[in-house]
Amino acid sequence: MSEMRYTEDHEWVRLDGDVATVGITDFAQQQLGDIVFVDLPKLGRKFAKGDEAAVVESVKAAAEVYAPLAGEVVEVNAALGDEPGQVNKAPEGEGWFFKLRLADAGVAAALMDAAAYAKFVDAQ
Amino acid sequence: MSESAGEQRRTPLYELHRELGARIVPFAGYAMPVQYPSGIIQEHEHTRRAAGLFDVSHMGQLRLHGADAAAALETLVPGDLLSLAPGRMRYTQFTDASGGILDDLMVTRADGHLFLVVNAACKADDIAHLQAGLPAGIAVEPLPDRGLLALQGPQASAVLERLAGPAVSAMPFMSQAGVAVAGIDCLVSRSGYTGEDGYEISVPAGRTEELARRLLAEPEVAPVGLGARDSLRLEAGLCLYGHDIDRGTTPIEAGLVWSISKRRRTEGGFPGDAVVRQQLAEGVSRRRVGLRPEGRAPIREGTVLTDASGTEIGTVTSGGYGPTVGGPIAMGYVRADLAGTGTTVTALLRGKPVPAEIVGLPFVAQRYYRGEERKA
Repeated sequence: MSEMRYTEDHEWVRLDGDVATVGITDFAQQQLGDIVFVDLPKLGRKFAKGDEAAVVESVKAAAEVYAPLAGEVVEVNAALGDEPGQVNKAPEGEGWFFKLRLADAGVAAALMDAAAYAKFVDAQ
Repeated sequence: MSESAGEQRRTPLYELHRELGARIVPFAGYAMPVQYPSGIIQEHEHTRRAAGLFDVSHMGQLRLHGADAAAALETLVPGDLLSLAPGRMRYTQFTDASGGILDDLMVTRADGHLFLVVNAACKADDIAHLQAGLPAGIAVEPLPDRGLLALQGPQASAVLERLAGPAVSAMPFMSQAGVAVAGIDCLVSRSGYTGEDGYEISVPAGRTEELARRLLAEPEVAPVGLGARDSLRLEAGLCLYGHDIDRGTTPIEAGLVWSISKRRRTEGGFPGDAVVRQQLAEGVSRRRVGLRPEGRAPIREGTVLTDASGTEIGTVTSGGYGPTVGGPIAMGYVRADLAGTGTTVTALLRGKPVPAEIVGLPFVAQRYYRGEERKA
């Protein structure tokens, strides 16, 4: 029910009904290094799959986070405002970014599962 | 992220960086450590608290030989080299005919020659520039067979004293001496690029790794990569060539007038002297400033700055997160009439206006060892 799915842009998605929690993967946070700021989307924003949804800033650089699936933002992780380092500490837990109410929850299955993503990362 | 490091040159410490778990990135033609596993923020804070060891072997080291080397080099830089005492070093710039900066460098009056350290990305051009611009009697000797280590931080002198004897602790800022460090003949300068007390140690390439391992074995010392080198120098208000200064900026616009003595301002005699003297007399149209953006979002190089009406008034040239400051910091150029400390300008961050206050530099007070201070 809450199986993780992954994108080639190193976002993860955890589905609960038609609401998808979105964050960046452990691989992504390691690549970015110390994260100092996360620019989260506004509640109610509607994204098509692949739209730029958030920006994550490390000491060195800024990186875009894309909407892994089409949907509407129903919640954001406001705690990252004071503690952006949570993305480094718990990228697939407390460091989540936002939740999307999916236009079509069925399409999540088309994203990579954990095994496929691990293979994808190894090939990077 | 996946840029190949295959064609990059390596410093004598490449294998050591790999062994230490560094993330290696291409920088100025070299495969260099951007950070070690502890990460940029910890490496930065360690340098401010204890002592960081940096591999800066990619930088260009060279000697100028010849009886009148100082006078000859003065024809290429605005720095005052005739007044440079033996064993002392000075910061200056190579300028072009418009007063633009070709590179910035350190010059030391060593025993019978001048010792120069230039930026890695510019070193080939600098050598050609010196060979073309200096008279035949001055020989340019590149020193590719030397490594360069920087040991920076408030505990650097205690560490180096343990390995090199008490003389290194007494060296004043911006001086240099030939010193045996752990039995290795080195050229030790009290200088650096972090705002902290510390040393830059020129060492034969074949013994650079041995010296680095010896320094890392000291309890105060941790390896620090280019990422923290950049955040440390930004907090210290120091320019990065190719970003804060380049051919399009003059030493006056960049706020480097302190590096040009009264004699050189009066006499000129360096490329672009007319422009520099005119800017000194009449003022500049823009100036390098420090910027503190509101909130937590860093503003990066290239960010456009505007006034309240939305008119473009400048650009960010270096920006990021200052770990010691605990927030975003930046440097950039701003129209001179709006460059006063306390002025609020607007940074356009991904299309959103972010207020940024113009502040004095450095962001973090420099703690160089001047020699005169007495401990209470």
